[in-house]
Parts: sequence; C-alpha cells; structure tokens
Amino acid sequence: MSTKDLKSGQNELFVSPDGDEARAFFREKSRAPEPKLSSVGEAVRTLLDDGDYIAIGGFGANRIPTAIVHEIVRQGKKNLGFAGHTSTHDFQILVAGECFDRCDIAYIIGLEARGLSPAARRYMQSGRIRVTEWTNAALAWRLKAAAMGLSFIPARTMLGTDTFVYSAAKEILCPFTGQKYAALPALFPDFAAIHVHEADVYGNCRVQGVTISDQDLARASKKVVITTERIVPADSIRARPKETFIPFWCVDAVIEVPYGSYPGNMPYEYFSDEEHLRRWLEVEKNPEEYERFIKEQIFDTESFNDYLNLNGGIENMSRLRAKELMIDKV
Amino acid sequence: MPDYNPIELMICVASRILEDGATVVVGTGAPCAAAMLAQKTSAENLCIMFEAGGVAPKLPAMPISVGDSRTFHKALHAGSMPEVMETCQRGMVDYCFLGGAQLDMYGNINSTLIGTDHRKPKVRFPGSGGANDLASLCWRIISMTTQDTKRFTEKLDFLTSPGYLSGGESRYEAGLPKGTGPYRIVTNMAIMGFDQESKRMKVLSINPGYSRKQVQENCGFELLWAEKLDDTTPPSTEELRILREEVDPDGYIIGR
Repeated sequence: MSTKDLKSGQNELFVSPDGDEARAFFREKSRAPEPKLSSVGEAVRTLLDDGDYIAIGGFGANRIPTAIVHEIVRQGKKNLGFAGHTSTHDFQILVAGECFDRCDIAYIIGLEARGLSPAARRYMQSGRIRVTEWTNAALAWRLKAAAMGLSFIPARTMLGTDTFVYSAAKEILCPFTGQKYAALPALFPDFAAIHVHEADVYGNCRVQGVTISDQDLARASKKVVITTERIVPADSIRARPKETFIPFWCVDAVIEVPYGSYPGNMPYEYFSDEEHLRRWLEVEKNPEEYERFIKEQIFDTESFNDYLNLNGGIENMSRLRAKELMIDKV
Repeated sequence: MPDYNPIELMICVASRILEDGATVVVGTGAPCAAAMLAQKTSAENLCIMFEAGGVAPKLPAMPISVGDSRTFHKALHAGSMPEVMETCQRGMVDYCFLGGAQLDMYGNINSTLIGTDHRKPKVRFPGSGGANDLASLCWRIISMTTQDTKRFTEKLDFLTSPGYLSGGESRYEAGLPKGTGPYRIVTNMAIMGFDQESKRMKVLSINPGYSRKQVQENCGFELLWAEKLDDTTPPSTEELRILREEVDPDGYIIGR
C-alpha cells in the first residue's frame, strides 16, 4: 500500500483540530480556584455565542443538562455547530429552537427504543443543515485526541464504508507496522454543558454510574458549564480526591439544578419520565400542537423549576425517584 | 410443538449462538433479550456490555436506553464509551448485534438514510451510532431481522456499517481487523452464515413452516445455500417460558 492510494472523507471539518491553536486558548484559560457559581441564564448569555460549536454531556436522555439546553433555545441562540454524539432528547430540544445549522453526526433523530423524532427528522431532511458523518467511537476518540492536546488519533473504525466517505477523516499508514488507520481529527468544542451528581463551587465534579465520554468532553472543550444535582463542600472533594471526575480548571460555571436531567434518567437519583418523552414525540407529529407545546414548556417557563412544576413538580419527581431507587422491582 | 411468534423464534435462535464465557455488546430490544435468555439457559457467564459503559450488569428489566441505569445495575463495572470501544478495538469482544433499514449479500448494513442526496435525504435515520464501530471491531457480528426484498437488498442506499464490503478479502484490505466480520443473520425465515471464499450470504438452516423458495423470494439478492441444509430447531417450551416469564414479562419486545 502506498500513501497515494490513501482515501480522504469528502465532507466538512467544522472545528479546527490544530493543537497549537488550542494551546494558545488554554494558556489563557483561568486556573484560579475561584468560586464559579452562576445561573442558567447568565452562563448561556456570557459563555455561548451565536455560531459556536457545542457539545452536550451524558447520553441523550441520561444525565443530560436539560436546563442549559432549554436556555439555549430560550435565548434564541442560532447558527451553532453541534456534536451529534449519542444525542437523543438533547437533539430534540435544540431542533425545537432551530439552533444549529451544522452537525457532526454519530447518532441523531432517534430516542433509542422510544422511536424517532418527527421534528428532528423534518429538520435533518430539509437540506438546510450541513452534515458530516462519524460514529460514536469516532466522536468519543476525537474528543480524547483534543483532551490529549493532539490534532488527531488513529482508529480502526469507519474504514471501507460510506460513513467514512461522508466524514472528514483521512486514511493513514502506521509508521511502525504499515497498518491502515482512519485518522480522526481532534474535536475542540467551543462550549460544553455537562450535568453531574455533585460539584463544589470551584467546579470539581463527581458523577456516579457510566461516564460515557464526559471525561474527555470536559477537557477538550474551551468553555464548560456544569449543572449539578447538589453543590457539596470543597472539603468533601478533598476527602476523596480520586473521585474527582472533572477538575476545577476545566470548568467556567457551576449551577445547582436539582432534577436537572429531567425528563432524562439520573443514575441512583431518578428514572426518566417516559410519559413526558412519549408526549413530546406525539405532539411533534402536528406542527401547530408542537409549536404550542414548545411555547408552553420552554419559552413560557422562566426557570427550570417552572418546567418541573409544569410537569408534575415534586410529586412527579418523587415518583421517578421511587422508580429509580426500586429499580429491582420495576 | 409449542406456539410462538417470529420474534420469539429469532430471540431463541440468536440466544443459542452465544457461548458461555463470551463477551457481547448489545443494544436495546431483541438483542438484549437474546443475551438475557442466553444467560438464563446455556451461557450463564455471558458478559453483557453496553456501549455507554455498562459491563456485566444484573439486568433488572429491559433497558430503554443503552446508557440508562439498568445497563449498569449491580454491574461489575460502570465504565465509559471509550473504554468499551477500546476493549472492542483491543480484540476482547466476541459478539455484537446490529440491525438496520437495509442489508446486502455481504452483510453490509445501512442505518443512515434512504435516498441519493446525503444533505437532503428522502428519509434520514439515526446514522451509525456505535454500529460501525462494533461492526469494525468485534469478532463476530450477528443480526436479527425480519426478512423481505426491501430490507435484503442488492444495493444499499448508504453503507453505514461494514460487513464483508465487496466480498473476498476486501474487508481486510480496507484496513479492518483480520478475522472479524458478519457471522449469523437470524431472520423469521432462516439462519444465514457467509461463504468462506466469496463472503456472500449463505443459508444454513430454514425455520419451521418456510420453504427454500419462500426464503429466496423474500430476499432481494441471490442467496447461496449450504450443501447440507438444516431445519432450525424451534424454541423449546423451557426457552419460551424463561423468555416470557423472566426476560420480557411485560411483553415489550415479544409483543405478548
């Protein structure tokens, strides 16, 4: 195999993978251990600009920062780039605000076993969105390359497929073995939002359960907003430092949002609200009903707590909590 | 002979493929049911994994998402997506289950779109998700799907996840790990494997109630046939009992 036979994906690379550009940015990023308490409104207003490239932590409807995603829609952020990595309900919310115009696709439109989102499908079939194909591992590893401060990482995935043809990956040969790899460009998002179980005011975070790609996402992203079920004392972080999953220097803002992953699942806290998610999928079939629903659920709610109250408030949260904690018996 | 529906048959047949001590990455739905059934019948020590990071859970109920709490309930490990995918890339994952809108004679799968314009497809599907990764990196790919000429097609609209690509050695020439590839296709009508040389889909066994003619008529490309064609062993009373009472008591997947 000679290097001239190596193929390149033909689609657009939305974010520069340049490690030196990233270093220049991270050189200026504050490492001061200072309190970073903020509000959902302020964090989105000050840390996210129209046109930015964003990524959302968690896994679609599991441990997602719902309040931040709602606020992006509420503040009318536009022309964003989006990492469609294990995205499901988060994608659905951003589609409701028509917030993004370009998308790296690994998994979009679907809500796994719940079915496909009609609104997301209409949006992605409109021809208005610039798209580049990837895979779940490819996007996870692109974030890992960025977290490592590198411009790419080799992988044995995507090769030989149309997924590669419509990506922005490039084939390379290993300088040691001659093995062909897909070179995956580093992904440095401008903005990431991640929901966690516990954080201190400085942004040291702990999560429970599977971590998906959030460890790398927090390190790869230029600006990081954390929503947390609970603010904990810094002493509690110092008591168990090995459990610090995201360290303070990655984080720009910390906001306490109890039930912040609703209607998604939060491991060991509350299960997903399947009725609410089903209703969302149902109303999307009728554009007028859909518009009313989004107005009621997002634009007319001033805070995340308003949204929770609109959907059964503490009683519903207790029910979901019981469902999660009695998981054996469901 | 016990009464069963096509999905119950496919789950029971697929569960028998998974041997004790093997590792398998599953999604939600029928593949998860097949792995759970295998654990309760012939493969007690089957290690079930989910791409979001769950490893060897004691599944209390069917997961709704491959990242929900159930996927790591009383698990041996609540890991990460890179960890699971890297374990696949390192060669420690034996099986994965994949499905899609279209499948061709080399076991390539389309789960991305229907149409010809990538930017403006007629129908957009979720895309690869982890499917291309698992198809590239696990040793053996299993698919469970109902069979018709639309789904089993001569030409995919989009090749999302690799089977044997264009057959022969093409999969390995593309750089994918040697010794990997599609292993079994379990349909409502038959069980298929792949010819060793050409890598084309080959019928190994026909399910009860179907004829060779029907299997071919419900496939959009020419199938190869094993020299000694088997009759698929139907689900046993015990398999069906466990499936209905313990694996999917609410009938979410088997529809009962």
